[in-house]
Amino acid sequence: MKNMMEVKDLTFTYSGASEPSLKAISLPVEKNKVTALIGPSGCGKSTLLRGMNRIHDLYPGHRYEGAINLLNADEKAYTNILDIKKEAELIRLRQRVGMIFQKPTPFPMTIFENIAYGLRLSGVKKRTELQEVVEQSLRDAALWEEAKDRLSHDARGLSGGQQQRLCIARAIALKPEVILFDEPTSALDPISTLAIEEMISVLREQYSICIVTHNMQQAARISDYTGFMYLGEMIEFDQTDTIFMKPSQKQTEDYISGRFG
Amino acid sequence: MRLIMNRVFIVFSTFAALVGLIFLGWILFTLFSKGLQGLSFDVFTKDLIEGGLRNVIVGQIMMSGIATLIGIPVGILAGIYLQEYGANSRSTEFLRDLSDVMMSAPSIVVGTFVYAIIVVPTGHTSGWAGVLALFILMVPIIVRTTDDMLNLVPIELREAGIAIGASKYHVTMNIVVRYAKAGILTGILLAFARVVGETAPLIYTSGSSEFWSTDLTGTFPSLTVSIYNLATMPDDQMVQLGWTGAFLLTTMVLIINLLGRYASNKKRSK
Amino acid sequence: MELFFRKIAQLSASLVFVILAATTIVLYLSAKPAIEEFGVKFLFESRWGEEEKVELSPTELSDLESLEADKGAPINDDFIEDDDDFIMDDEDFITDDDMEFGDNKSRVVYGALVPIVGTVFSTLIAMLFSVPIAMGIAVFLSEIAPGALAKPVGIAIELLASIPSIIYGMWGLFYFGPFIAGLFGGNTVSLLVAGLVLGIMVIPFMAALSRDAITTVPDMLKESAYAMGATKLEVIKDVVFPYARSGIIGSIILSFGRALGETMAVAFVIGGVYQFAGKVTDPTNSIPVVLANSFAESSGLSLSVLFYLALILFVLSFIVIASAKVYFLRKK
Repeated sequence: MKNMMEVKDLTFTYSGASEPSLKAISLPVEKNKVTALIGPSGCGKSTLLRGMNRIHDLYPGHRYEGAINLLNADEKAYTNILDIKKEAELIRLRQRVGMIFQKPTPFPMTIFENIAYGLRLSGVKKRTELQEVVEQSLRDAALWEEAKDRLSHDARGLSGGQQQRLCIARAIALKPEVILFDEPTSALDPISTLAIEEMISVLREQYSICIVTHNMQQAARISDYTGFMYLGEMIEFDQTDTIFMKPSQKQTEDYISGRFG
Repeated sequence: MRLIMNRVFIVFSTFAALVGLIFLGWILFTLFSKGLQGLSFDVFTKDLIEGGLRNVIVGQIMMSGIATLIGIPVGILAGIYLQEYGANSRSTEFLRDLSDVMMSAPSIVVGTFVYAIIVVPTGHTSGWAGVLALFILMVPIIVRTTDDMLNLVPIELREAGIAIGASKYHVTMNIVVRYAKAGILTGILLAFARVVGETAPLIYTSGSSEFWSTDLTGTFPSLTVSIYNLATMPDDQMVQLGWTGAFLLTTMVLIINLLGRYASNKKRSK
Repeated sequence: MELFFRKIAQLSASLVFVILAATTIVLYLSAKPAIEEFGVKFLFESRWGEEEKVELSPTELSDLESLEADKGAPINDDFIEDDDDFIMDDEDFITDDDMEFGDNKSRVVYGALVPIVGTVFSTLIAMLFSVPIAMGIAVFLSEIAPGALAKPVGIAIELLASIPSIIYGMWGLFYFGPFIAGLFGGNTVSLLVAGLVLGIMVIPFMAALSRDAITTVPDMLKESAYAMGATKLEVIKDVVFPYARSGIIGSIILSFGRALGETMAVAFVIGGVYQFAGKVTDPTNSIPVVLANSFAESSGLSLSVLFYLALILFVLSFIVIASAKVYFLRKK
């Protein structure tokens, strides 16, 4: 079982849309690897990512067909997350599949509370346990040194890059199995971007990662596998080197070489 | 437990919304059913003394209209000054705050003020006193919307205007104000809707008259003040006329509001 | 042209200041006779328009006593030693005083306490009633209702906020008052009815403003809380409200200010009598209503008293609005 997640023949239609936004997409997310999704704006890569923790369900009326399988904790079988109906299980799913957004989203509370928030939601009350996890998460997100003296300050006082690392720390505090990154560096400067990229390659050792980016160099730098999407279809999926060096599809080649998109 | 709390919360919010809407629906229902009952041609052709509302409706619109006509240039100019000329100095901020305070001042206090400066010296209520009270209520609203709307105009537009050699005055009037025109128009309509329904500041400034009058120097017919008087009379017929007046007033206010909304939507869709 | 335009714009802007300053000054000048007559005690006096014999109040009395005692002590030792004598002297003193002032023995007393208490309580009832409902509506419109429902209801709420207050008052008098009296007993016009009508009147205003504040919360921020496994309640409680806090509190204060100075919605239903409401279902009075009802038959001192009341209301609402401004400014 080397795949943590498997999207199989997923067709997704937004509420009120006549055409599906994703057409029979398949995508494996291998364990402890970085899988990148690239493609021009509107190709459906973010839509796909947002299906993988079912954040789409906040807005009623859309339709899923197909399957998104998530490896069970015992690593013996998969569960189709699209079968989840109960709210409690959806909540559990979102704790197992974390998400980082296009812009930093610090909650309006202190740095400490931001990271402890997920744990508090799942019922952890003990101060020492919270402190431990907060420190470890901040260390993993390479933010501990900068933040340790201001844990009780409002998180919105951090710089943009620090805020994004805080959001990563907040996600890994819950010990998810998969982390979804939705263009995590699109709002950041080059230096902060580099810091996030380095962190992702470290996080790979413990987590399975799926990242959407429209920066092709970024995909080339940090990912093991790359999927190229266009108009709601998965045009090509392969090892990153293959996609960038010798793609098998004409469209992929055109996109990679900058002829469109 | 968390999920139960969540359900309880959603049910509570929905319920609260429902309660609020029921009361508001009740008011509208009452207004329409009572108001339509008394609606007839006579209401528009006869004056209050003969059991119609013609003079008071015209009086109300005249006072509000004149207040608006004076209020528009003053309010817009003041808004332009705050946004284009006094940008960000302390005194501008101070004026802006004062204008907001005035916008929220109790309308009855404005009436008191006008009573003291006009009605007491002249010895009688008059249309002009009513106009002045409404004018005072109106100006800060126009100032605020003009200020806000001009604030939305991109700074590049002003720079581009200056860059081709236009004077500040030209840039302001021909580019900035033109760009914000629809928003300002909406502001004016909303301000008019707000003052046309005012009662408290008119009770002892314009007073109200049962007779036809277009002479603003004397006591002037007012729809809202008449509604207040009619509704508290023991005679059922008078009360009915009050409801009809209330219905007409509300309809007028709602239509003006919808117009204002339409004006700003039209702009957005462009 | 350029300069002229600039000057005239500046003049218009200054007009706002001039009007506000003039209002304060004119109200103060018109209220001056009353202020001089009653001073700060006006705020704590519950009688209105009652004639009273001029008697010295106990405090004045004791002031005079001690004055007398001070004067008397060094000169006349007997005065202090003999208690009976002291009291006798005291009574003598009062009689002397009455004779001295002759004609001025009675005066009309005005006090603002009844309308002040009525205003404050009716506003508080209004807030207690409207805040939870308005917040419910705001949350419902922005977070719960599907878009197809939220939009028309939202527009309806905004339109309702524009309905003239006199309509609310009329409805209160003929329908809501009897309804409440049927429910809780008591009068069809009362403090309770006035407070509730005021509350219903500010609900759309408060709900629309709060909804606007809530919709400024970025979707992505809410999604990231949901992505942590939060429920809707938790997202609203921990993320939405804290994020939109200043806007929401501002909307509550502005509504408070509006309820405080509202005349017409209250005039029909509060009763307009100068007495405290022993129970919430009793009629009482409020400052704007006193103002609305009493100008026609007032002159001289009784008129000046009304200006004093107006000045109090003006200052009160000024404080409320200024505090809202401070909150709004904090956000920037």
